[in-house]
Amino acid sequence: MLSYILKRIGLLIPTLLGVITLVFFMISLSPGDPARVMLGERASAEQLEKLREDLGLDRPLHQQYFSYLSRIVRLDFGKSITTGRPVIEEIGQLFPATMELAFFAMLLASGLGIIIGVVSATKRNTPLDYASMIGALFGVSMPVFWLGLVLIMIFSVGLDLLPTGGRMNIRLYMETFTNFYIIDALIALFRKGDITYLGSALKHLILPAAALGTIPLAIIARTTRSSMLEVLKQDYIKTARAAGIPEGKIIFRYALKNALLPIITVIGIQFGLLLSGAILTETIFAWPGIGKWIYHSISARDYPAVQGGIIIISTVFVVINLLVDILYSVVNPRVRLS
Amino acid sequence: MNDTLIVKDPTPFQEILHELSKNKAAVAGLIIIALFLLIGILAPLIAPKDPFAQEISLRKLPPFSPGYILGSDDLGRDMLSRLMYGARISMIIGVISVGIAMGSGLLIGVTAGYIGGWYDRIVMRLIDIMLAFPYILLTIVIVAVLGPSLFNAMVAIGVSQIPRYARLVRASVLAEKEADYVTAERSLGASPLSLMFLSILPNCLAPVSVQATLGVGEAILSSAALSFLGLGAQPPTPEWGLMIASSREFITNAWWIVTFPGLATLLAVLGFNLFGDGLRDVLDPKLRE
Amino acid sequence: MKKHDQTTTANLLEIQDLSVHFNTQRGVVKAVRDLSLTIKKEETLALVGESGCGKSVTAHSINGLIPVPPGIIEKGKIIFEGENLLQKTEKEMQHIRGVRISMIFQEPMTSLNPVFTIGRQIADVFLTHHDIPREEAFSRAVNLLDMVKIPSPETRAKSYPHQLSGGMRQRAMIAMALASPEPGLMIADEPTTALDVTIQAQILRLMVSLKKRVGMSLLLITHDMGVVAETADRVIVMYAGRKVEEADVYSLFDKPAHPYTLGLLNSLPSNRKYAGASRLEAIPGTVPDLLTINDGCPFANRCPRAGDICRSVFPGETPLTEHHSVWCHNHVR
Ligand SMILES: Nc1ncnc2c1ncn2[C@@H]1O[C@H](COP(=O)(O)OP(=O)(O)OP(=O)(O)O)[C@@H](O)[C@H]1O
Ligand SMILES: [Mg+2]
Repeated sequence: MLSYILKRIGLLIPTLLGVITLVFFMISLSPGDPARVMLGERASAEQLEKLREDLGLDRPLHQQYFSYLSRIVRLDFGKSITTGRPVIEEIGQLFPATMELAFFAMLLASGLGIIIGVVSATKRNTPLDYASMIGALFGVSMPVFWLGLVLIMIFSVGLDLLPTGGRMNIRLYMETFTNFYIIDALIALFRKGDITYLGSALKHLILPAAALGTIPLAIIARTTRSSMLEVLKQDYIKTARAAGIPEGKIIFRYALKNALLPIITVIGIQFGLLLSGAILTETIFAWPGIGKWIYHSISARDYPAVQGGIIIISTVFVVINLLVDILYSVVNPRVRLS
Repeated sequence: MNDTLIVKDPTPFQEILHELSKNKAAVAGLIIIALFLLIGILAPLIAPKDPFAQEISLRKLPPFSPGYILGSDDLGRDMLSRLMYGARISMIIGVISVGIAMGSGLLIGVTAGYIGGWYDRIVMRLIDIMLAFPYILLTIVIVAVLGPSLFNAMVAIGVSQIPRYARLVRASVLAEKEADYVTAERSLGASPLSLMFLSILPNCLAPVSVQATLGVGEAILSSAALSFLGLGAQPPTPEWGLMIASSREFITNAWWIVTFPGLATLLAVLGFNLFGDGLRDVLDPKLRE
Repeated sequence: MKKHDQTTTANLLEIQDLSVHFNTQRGVVKAVRDLSLTIKKEETLALVGESGCGKSVTAHSINGLIPVPPGIIEKGKIIFEGENLLQKTEKEMQHIRGVRISMIFQEPMTSLNPVFTIGRQIADVFLTHHDIPREEAFSRAVNLLDMVKIPSPETRAKSYPHQLSGGMRQRAMIAMALASPEPGLMIADEPTTALDVTIQAQILRLMVSLKKRVGMSLLLITHDMGVVAETADRVIVMYAGRKVEEADVYSLFDKPAHPYTLGLLNSLPSNRKYAGASRLEAIPGTVPDLLTINDGCPFANRCPRAGDICRSVFPGETPLTEHHSVWCHNHVR
């Protein structure tokens, strides 16, 4: 088990090195002079020269590459061109917002998705099953950003129930410790007994989490259904029935625990994908996270920021996939004990 | 022997068509796809108005206004006509992106699986690295490098989808490579090229066709997303994602400008997903009785 | 012919005229047709026949495990301790399954849940039927594992199925079947088919001794005549969904009357004594398709003694002795 984990971590390093290399060369070899792009058409020759020197663009490519690598190993992604602050600092500040959004989107998606999938599988070929599966099909066919706009149109503009964007009512000033607003709001609740922060944070979270969670919800529901159907066909389910175990227990304990194995994998993959799906959702809901920041960095051609953001998101993605594989082997005794 | 008694087995292809015609999801999907294809092809003939013609006095007309069944947008252009041309663009995006992805993916997968050795290791390592990027992020990076345009968006989507075909085909090739018919043909002196592309490849096409169908839907969604972010189609192209993007400021007062392009995207992608699911059910022998 | 509509008290189980069909995409599969059988208290009845003849379907009908749809119980009664099980609700059946009737399946590899320890799975059966604390259920599970002669039962109870050998798993399955509070009938559906020959004998001996100890009846499903000879009191031979011969085990091996039974016995490797039909080593021909089967004798197309009538009419019962009947127009005398 331990050697399996170590082997997987060992495989991670060349992959990450590949990611960094690919990002570096793609950006370096892209047409156009980055300094010119960054500074605009009216920049003077000296300004351009200065920036090229700052970025090390005047040196040969392989030198640039190795110095880039050695800086990244020290988590030095350079300074953002638009703000002048170190990229890693900006990411550190924005990351909690994205994680919070992704976490709640995933919570919604896995909770609902598993319930819908299980119900569909046990009520196979009934109108309920058809309705859920058609719903799921719509879910995977929908442009997420459009769904976000429609949700805003209905719940913010039309019904005036929920805010259109942001993480918290701007008139509220909350002391932040973790930058996970739900946690910070809970701290505020315990320290001051004031629930308005928590209420506001949750209200701001609902729509973006729903929009971001829709595709994973649909995919998890479909996976759960097919996985459950597969498991319910197995002999050991027959054994449990023959032993008089009640049907509810058979489905939610005996079958679901087995069906969960492929579901865990899907949840992990979807969680990784959410981080990049957040680029769209955060842009629509003015959610101050990494996604929105990368979007703006791309528009502003802020190369150090783009490079840093992409490498960080890809790293998180790869690490999450690794964690999922490990979790999978922990849940599955056949792998755990071998 | 009595010749009249010999009944020809239906070819597998005919059998698949027959099974498909019994699969409700596949039929529904096919109808939707056909509808969008038809609209796309005939757009210049059937669109009631010029999709680019602005009519400043007739801006933001609600649906069912005379001459504007689906209303007009913020520049007074006919929504219906723009949506019809949008169908044309989306179909082209789907075909070109998937064409790029499938063409390169097949080539990479077949050669990697057949040749093996260090070539296989290097190529599959590269594919693994591509897979280390979340899909939509990879398309964004590629467009960011190539520069925003509709064509570059198609390239980016195509390239991002290569890994799935490469892996799928490589796995099938590895499974087929040692099959008896391949060994037989090899011993008869068939060239590696003809073995790879004429003998082995056709046997891997079932899963590839499912992937391609689903891939078209995904390509349409991705291009809409890229255009929405300003990285794909540029104004005034009537691309659905771009139409949604430029309508953002009107969600308070002109719901139709936001709603219809999204619905069109949803329906088109739904068609490909339905058909792809149906195709998978039919082609996957495990699910068949 | 006389039909018994009343169960005598000596009969634990009585199946009357059971027919079970499956609606499949290709048509209706008539898996079991007009089957009747009885099992007396503490008796072992063997149900034999080759693969696909409807043995498992019969067994599953008894404890209500036929999936509906695609299955339907066309007609018949299954009377267990005087009550027709086919009229019971799912809820009522849960007080019979695992309580009075328990079941052991063919595939020890796949019949235990891979993600729970075997101790936990057996304990769950106790917990379902008794109001006892979890630890108590677990220690009872350990006792049962001891009873089925699993070495070091405390540690084994904490093992997952994949950590046990096939024979051990089958023992665990038997222990699970014994976890029912008042076992009346144990149905063993080919309990030894998937095991090594040496292990087979051990498992059979274990089952027979436990059956005596607990005082229950056993419905033993098999296609192995050797197993029948060793364990059964009475035998029913099935072919393509029909009962073709019924006898006490001595009469059946001594004077098989149905040509199919004869063939079955002849295919036993150690048996060449049924010389009356020495040509029938392995029975030539194939089992008819249950989709297109007609009302004649299903064995007619393979039967060396078949006449015209066999192809159109299924024969009625021919009693040979008090304990021996055959359903055949031209049975072996
Ligand atoms: N769920 C089902 N759907 C359709 N047909 C079924 C189903 N279950 C059983 N059958 C059919 O019923 C017939 C009898 O099957 P059954 O499992 O009882 O055979 P068996 O005698 O137990 O054979 P084996 O020795 O292989 O276990 C078979 O032809 C089988 O195809
Ligand atoms: Mg069976």
